Amino acid sequence: MSVPPDRTPPTVEIAGAPPVPAPTREQVLAGLRATDSGDDFVQLMTPEGQRVANPEFDRYVTDVDADALKALHRDMALVRRFDREANALQRQGQLGIWVPLLGQEAAQIGAGRAMQPQDMAFPSYREHGIAWTRGVDPTELLGIFRGTDHGAWDPREHGFHLYTIVIGNQVLNATGYAMGQRFEGRVGGEDPAGNEATICFFGDGATSQGDVHEGFVWAAVYDAPVVFYCQNNQWAISEPTERQSRVPLYRRAAGYGFPGIRVDGNDVLACLAVTRWALEECRSGNGPVLVEAFTYRMDAHTTSDDPTRYRLADELELWKLKDPIERVRVNLVREHGVGQDHFDAVQAESDELAARFRRFCVELPQPAPDRMFSQVYAEGSAQVDAQREAFLAYHASFEEAGR
Amino acid sequence: MTKLTLSKALNEGLRAAMERDPKVLVMGEDVGKLGGVFRVTDGLQKDFGEQRVLDTPLAESGIIGTAVGLAIRGFRPVCEIQFDGFVFPGYDQIVSQLAKLHFRSQGRIPMPVVVRIPFGGGIGAVEHHSESPEALFAHVAGLKVVACSNPADAYWMLQQAIACDDPVIFFEPKRRYWEKAEVDTDAEPAPLFAARVVRPGSTLTLATYGPMVTTCLEAAVAAADDDPARDLEVIDLRTLSPLDLAPVVESVRRTGHLVVVSEAPSEVSVAAEVAARVQEECFHSLEAPVLRVTGFDTPYPPAKCEDDYLPDLDRVLDAVDRSLAW
Repeated sequence: MSVPPDRTPPTVEIAGAPPVPAPTREQVLAGLRATDSGDDFVQLMTPEGQRVANPEFDRYVTDVDADALKALHRDMALVRRFDREANALQRQGQLGIWVPLLGQEAAQIGAGRAMQPQDMAFPSYREHGIAWTRGVDPTELLGIFRGTDHGAWDPREHGFHLYTIVIGNQVLNATGYAMGQRFEGRVGGEDPAGNEATICFFGDGATSQGDVHEGFVWAAVYDAPVVFYCQNNQWAISEPTERQSRVPLYRRAAGYGFPGIRVDGNDVLACLAVTRWALEECRSGNGPVLVEAFTYRMDAHTTSDDPTRYRLADELELWKLKDPIERVRVNLVREHGVGQDHFDAVQAESDELAARFRRFCVELPQPAPDRMFSQVYAEGSAQVDAQREAFLAYHASFEEAGR
Repeated sequence: MTKLTLSKALNEGLRAAMERDPKVLVMGEDVGKLGGVFRVTDGLQKDFGEQRVLDTPLAESGIIGTAVGLAIRGFRPVCEIQFDGFVFPGYDQIVSQLAKLHFRSQGRIPMPVVVRIPFGGGIGAVEHHSESPEALFAHVAGLKVVACSNPADAYWMLQQAIACDDPVIFFEPKRRYWEKAEVDTDAEPAPLFAARVVRPGSTLTLATYGPMVTTCLEAAVAAADDDPARDLEVIDLRTLSPLDLAPVVESVRRTGHLVVVSEAPSEVSVAAEVAARVQEECFHSLEAPVLRVTGFDTPYPPAKCEDDYLPDLDRVLDAVDRSLAW
């Protein structure tokens, strides 16, 4: 059946209101890109390093004195340092691939440092900064990218789930975990120390996935204590946010019936404050919450990617002026009188970390030949066991032949 | 001993598992107040409450994906997929997370999740309600796949699947839900991951599972009625991944003939795997090629055609004749 050529789209009229036309491309872009400031944007420190008052969120960071801010600066600097080292290791053939977080240090350190030990995080695969705040040693990330394991850390011990590579899967897993926290009565209890929350990390691209939609639906109908923390770095490999959405992402929360908020993802103080608020809402029984940390992916999607094919260098130059570490450095110097010794010490520590990271990487042992057969099942499988035995005998036959 | 339908036996099995372990949850579409479209979860929400029997939103990826999260938290979810053809929105979570988390975490995260799927045809249903997708799961490392065929197995196998620390895809023969049989709830159950000879015989081996077990037993009776010398052995495979082929191999070494029967299409099927492995192990015992009687390599047809699509007594006996005449 073909559409008649003279067909005109029907005009939708609701209760006498004037018909609403679809937004123009310019209007969509204005909502997605240009609203990195304004009334619905939480920022506590400007790109120039100036602390600005925020009547709603200042109360969540009253404890952040000069020492605490120095600690946040140190976190970001160390994470950036090992991230750059990993990039270099890939270029030198020591890693198969690396997923850089350059530019997203504040979004991650702020969120990670807002967590309590009893909280649980579900990362995507770029959350090296969250891993850092959960006590996962950076070297434990290396096996994934060198190809010696799929994740070396104990998720339970750290409250930090393994990396999830299939886009958006972890949003449902996090929601289920948070439902469990609620079923076990760890939400809204009188003793705040006994309450728990879950935080789930994903990107702007993931918001198009069905699993993210389903996660939002489930979390809403089960009142799950989960913070959906979307790092909008504006690029899903080569696809800009306007390929994912007509509206700013945080506004989607309204449609699911829970709060959504946009925070300056390059402002570590704002990310800390907003995530503390969001986690507290969840722990006290007012979850879920959507946080959109508005940031920028300053490097490629991965070391296999070439951003020069799809975005302008000007954009990167613009975002360098909003660098998350530089603004804290300026603030520490200007508003807290922090001297060069702090920065020198962080630099020295960074270099030590990078050296240890590199050494660990190149010394990672080749997995044993039968590694692939282990832990396929919790209760084993005669079939896999038989294949292991046959493979090991085959493997051994080469050694015997070599004698 | 009590006489139960297969549906009721599953219900009793679920109830026993939930009473035994407070971490067992039942979740799915319409499993609460309605008791499931096949009434397998009837009365459970009333007795165990809404936090143990969850009427979920209508989203299969959501059911599996949140079950994975609940399992990470320490629960043992039993998910109901309403019909075989509806599992595919959840297939990503099953393959990418449920099947792989134990391996990915080097054993730190067990996934004791059961996914119950009513499968197979023969009920005159519309599209997507009669499929046999078991090979799509048996092919995935990290999953275990079983199929029950009778009320006693339904009762025990479901409890064993729930107690298993690995993810189990649990196929239920929907056209047999209302068939009754004695269930001894005090008996010592057979191991879950073991095939079983359900009718001893000496002339030819029929290996099958799920809804076709009854069909094959009927075929064996008909064959013997026709000619007492045709004494067919029937083996219920019960576990499709891992396969337990020891009883089949032992049987074929005696009979020299094997016919594998299932409703699923033949190409790259469980039946194909059985045929391949039996010829590896029994090459010198076989007196005829291994034959398969299966659904056709077509989409499941409209209901008025399903009697021709599904293997029946005549098609099984035809294959028996061809094998014995080789």
